[in-house]
Amino acid sequence: MFRLESRGLINREKRLNFSFNGKKLYGYDGDTLASALLANGNHLVGRSFKYHRPRGIFSSGSEEPSALVQVGLGANTEPNIRATTIQLFDDLVANSQNHFGPLEWDFMRVNDFLSPFLSAGFYYKTFMWPKSFWEKIYEPIIRKAAGLGRLSGEPDPSTYDKGFLHCDLLIIGAGPSGLQSALMAARSGAKVIVADEDFLLGGSLNGDHTQINNDTGVNWVKKTIEELMSFKNVRLMPKTTIYGAFDHGIFGALEIKTNLERVKSDKPRQVLWRIYAKQSVLCSGSSERSLLFGNNDRPGIMLSRSVRQYCNRWGIIPGKKISIYTNNDDGWITAKDLKEAGCNVVMVIDERSDIVVPIKNVDYRLGKKVMDTKGSLRISSLRLDDGTTVETDCLAVSGGFNPNVHLTCHERGRPQWQEKNHCFIPGKIPKGMEVVGAASGAFDLNNIFDETSLKMKKILSYLGYKHQGKIKLTAAQKPYNVAPFSKSLAKGKVWVDLQNDVTIKDIKIAVQEGFHSVELLKRYTTLGMATDQGKTSNVLGLSVLSLLKNEPIEKVGTTIYRPPFTPVPIGAFAGRSRGKHFKPVRLTPSHQWAEQRNAVFVETGNWLRAQWFPLEGELTWRESVDREVLQTRESVGICDVTTLGKIDIKGRDAGAFLNFVYANNFGKLAVGKVRYGLMLRDDGIAFDDGTTARFAEDHFVMTTTTTNAVTVFRHLEFCRQCLKPTWDVHLLSTTDHWAQFAIAGPNSRALLSEIIDSKSDISNASFPFMACGKVSIFNGIEARLFRISFSGELAYELALPRRYASSFMEHIFETGKKFNLIPYGTEALGVMRIEKGHAAGNELNGQTTANNLGLGKMVSKLNDCIGNTMSEREKIDGEGILKLVGFAPTNKMQTLVAGSHFIPKGKPAKLQNDEGWMSSVAFSPMLNKSIGLGFIKAGDQRYGEKVDSVNPLNKEVIEVEITSPHFFDPEGDRLRG
Amino acid sequence: MIIPHPYLGPRDACEFVYKGDAELVFRPERVEPVDYDAFHDYLYLRQNPAGIHKELWYHEYGDRSWLVVTRNTQTHEILKVEFASNYISKQKNRKSNV
Repeated sequence: MFRLESRGLINREKRLNFSFNGKKLYGYDGDTLASALLANGNHLVGRSFKYHRPRGIFSSGSEEPSALVQVGLGANTEPNIRATTIQLFDDLVANSQNHFGPLEWDFMRVNDFLSPFLSAGFYYKTFMWPKSFWEKIYEPIIRKAAGLGRLSGEPDPSTYDKGFLHCDLLIIGAGPSGLQSALMAARSGAKVIVADEDFLLGGSLNGDHTQINNDTGVNWVKKTIEELMSFKNVRLMPKTTIYGAFDHGIFGALEIKTNLERVKSDKPRQVLWRIYAKQSVLCSGSSERSLLFGNNDRPGIMLSRSVRQYCNRWGIIPGKKISIYTNNDDGWITAKDLKEAGCNVVMVIDERSDIVVPIKNVDYRLGKKVMDTKGSLRISSLRLDDGTTVETDCLAVSGGFNPNVHLTCHERGRPQWQEKNHCFIPGKIPKGMEVVGAASGAFDLNNIFDETSLKMKKILSYLGYKHQGKIKLTAAQKPYNVAPFSKSLAKGKVWVDLQNDVTIKDIKIAVQEGFHSVELLKRYTTLGMATDQGKTSNVLGLSVLSLLKNEPIEKVGTTIYRPPFTPVPIGAFAGRSRGKHFKPVRLTPSHQWAEQRNAVFVETGNWLRAQWFPLEGELTWRESVDREVLQTRESVGICDVTTLGKIDIKGRDAGAFLNFVYANNFGKLAVGKVRYGLMLRDDGIAFDDGTTARFAEDHFVMTTTTTNAVTVFRHLEFCRQCLKPTWDVHLLSTTDHWAQFAIAGPNSRALLSEIIDSKSDISNASFPFMACGKVSIFNGIEARLFRISFSGELAYELALPRRYASSFMEHIFETGKKFNLIPYGTEALGVMRIEKGHAAGNELNGQTTANNLGLGKMVSKLNDCIGNTMSEREKIDGEGILKLVGFAPTNKMQTLVAGSHFIPKGKPAKLQNDEGWMSSVAFSPMLNKSIGLGFIKAGDQRYGEKVDSVNPLNKEVIEVEITSPHFFDPEGDRLRG
Repeated sequence: MIIPHPYLGPRDACEFVYKGDAELVFRPERVEPVDYDAFHDYLYLRQNPAGIHKELWYHEYGDRSWLVVTRNTQTHEILKVEFASNYISKQKNRKSNV
């Protein structure tokens, strides 16, 4: 075991078993997977992305580029989990990724020997020819060879949730400055949320031997958290990453709720929070960067502070012969802590020569650089620039610290260069945010405490809270001095980005080939891409680019930082909106009734509508639909049309308003009458159609199409509030309040007379075609009756309060037995409207005008209405425009196909000969042939002409005759009868 | 984004539907002789500034009010929110005073 006897914040009483690549291992409560692996002496955890180089654990936090593992089995498996962030739990199953054969003997390691050929742009340049090979051969092979973990290919069985939180102050990060801020805010009474990605709050204090107010840092953290937990106005959120900062103080947060394996619990595994904060304090600390030298990617080479944290927080002995390579003071703290813990520190190498060595009894070299390392599956030795070789199995590297400025940049802020500490610090900070601590580029704890105190007082008073009592924090002084970036390029195979296998050579090639802007460099070399987003590599890459371009690093600049800070699973974004829950399903009032009669349903928008009602013995949908059409036209049928949008329009100016929003006149519509209305957009294109009934001088009831119900209502509100704000008009959407049924067929009146209460007279004389009025049913329930017909039959639409819909259905079918009443679905509805030549959604497709639809004469020329002026434009009003007409195959046996295009006889089927398209087709059981509606140039003047209906998809050509769109009962005798 | 509604206070932008340039409220009226150019300009020429912009937002998942929001399109800072009807009457008064 590589575990110290006593050190660390782990519970040695609680052993946790886990497996890695099938090997059974154990760790303790408080371990991460990475610390548990190191405790078992496991440095090698994976293979690199491109060259399949052996890779180990590089860091101890969310910046980890290398230690990505696949966690869990079967459907629960999750790829690319950073071993450094996942909290160890009992029976965790982890496997390494991206290798063929055993991890130690990956067959793809041949890529490493081929690396001279595999540099930046290799794929772009090599797999060019033949072109067709890319998709089928090259790409699949490359994808298989390169890459990360694998998805299970099965639906994710876990539950994810979403939530909203509001607070006065969001504190991002619970390190020293975060906890200090939290304490001040808590005592003031402000509503505070403290979020930290770690499962243990305390940040760097958990891994450092710091003294705060004469107590250890760890104790101070414990006491502070205890106090914070006693406040009702504080919400502590460990395991919660603020992944994005959005406009107006909105933050995205991902909270890890349960362990991966606890899927049997119905509790959400992860919760995606949207946090609304009046103010925020960013206390995200800093990330260490590496140094550039030959073969700097071997397992055993780790960031210095991480080595220290493994030792201090998890009681790990990271190696038997540890060396440290630093360019700053922090590396020496690692050396000191390791020695105190009893580890064997073989050498400290500092690039700086003019320093006072702060510790005793250690072999060191000043002003020296590491040139190269050796070792196959782990580092075994390093070589200095003076030729000295040092045997080592763990090299702790520190190249300085990068403040975690990410969240300050999500609103397009750009970090700025700080010369003193050689790092990028926040530039323009989003409104309402303050940055304190290492994230702001301050590295001395005493300064941090003082500055945090000042800034917090300001924030609290801005929020209207008063800072209570004194919080004076002092820490042991820790100087921080760091050497600037090296002025010469390191030689050999030098890794800049461990995750994407980007070396100095790749950056050189990119610059040579002209990709020397940071954004281009990133995309050409993939530097800083993928799951770690370059947290350990970006600034190093910029330093190399700055050398190659001979420009200062601040001029080279950074790429744009975008959310998320760390990866967020798609499942968390989806939350519970999966499958059928992705969007709500709207059910018609007769849904249950239809379900009991085995209806086949179709989705129309969010609605489920009965498409047809198959009877026993009917083998195809056509049999059912033909029967529904024939029987409706023969006797009577009923169809649920509740889905049509219904809008109540009231007010003194309601008539004028309808005149304005419809293209045809409505002002003169008599009370008790219904009229077809065509609604245009202001550019003259048809928008929607429907009927509107006038129930009183100042009361109209409008119907819209099912799909446009929402947009029409929105449009009407726009017209009302923005275009006619002084008119007295009131709108109310009543789509869900009225159940509406179309009752069609020659026997519809006879049937209805038995349904409605006797006092209502619906004889042809008193309730003619296009009449409307209130009737009562069920002894006094008020209903609305409209004598309108989409089917072309004698027909009514009856609207009744929704709650009576199912009793109504039972009742009407009982009464309707003697008339052979049948239900019909949307398919029969469609067939009948095509037989009648009525336009529907296929014709009102956003490309067609009133003229195209043959409704040009309806459009008002006199008054001002939406769309009439632009309808008069030449191009949409002139000679030879498309007209909606009917089409029938000359050979009755042939079946028309919607979407076919019309070509004049004898001309080749080319775009320049295209005269229009078929928009709707149906088999007409009344005419016993296929019929269609479509648009063709000057169609209304070409009745009787034959053209080809061409379907290039299956290379089918059908000769069709242009006809009137009114196939059935063109005079309309039936609907007036 | 958060849009401060004049009556309902701060509301998340996801409750709203965006339409565009607030100039859309000034639709030309059809009077003889018809000014087709005015309709053309109204329909197709919109302001799209990088900076302060007045735009129309509809509180569809709320009180169904159409609002004129003055927003900086570069920073998303919201400077003013008013009901479209109020905005229109103020603008018309201003125009008639000129």
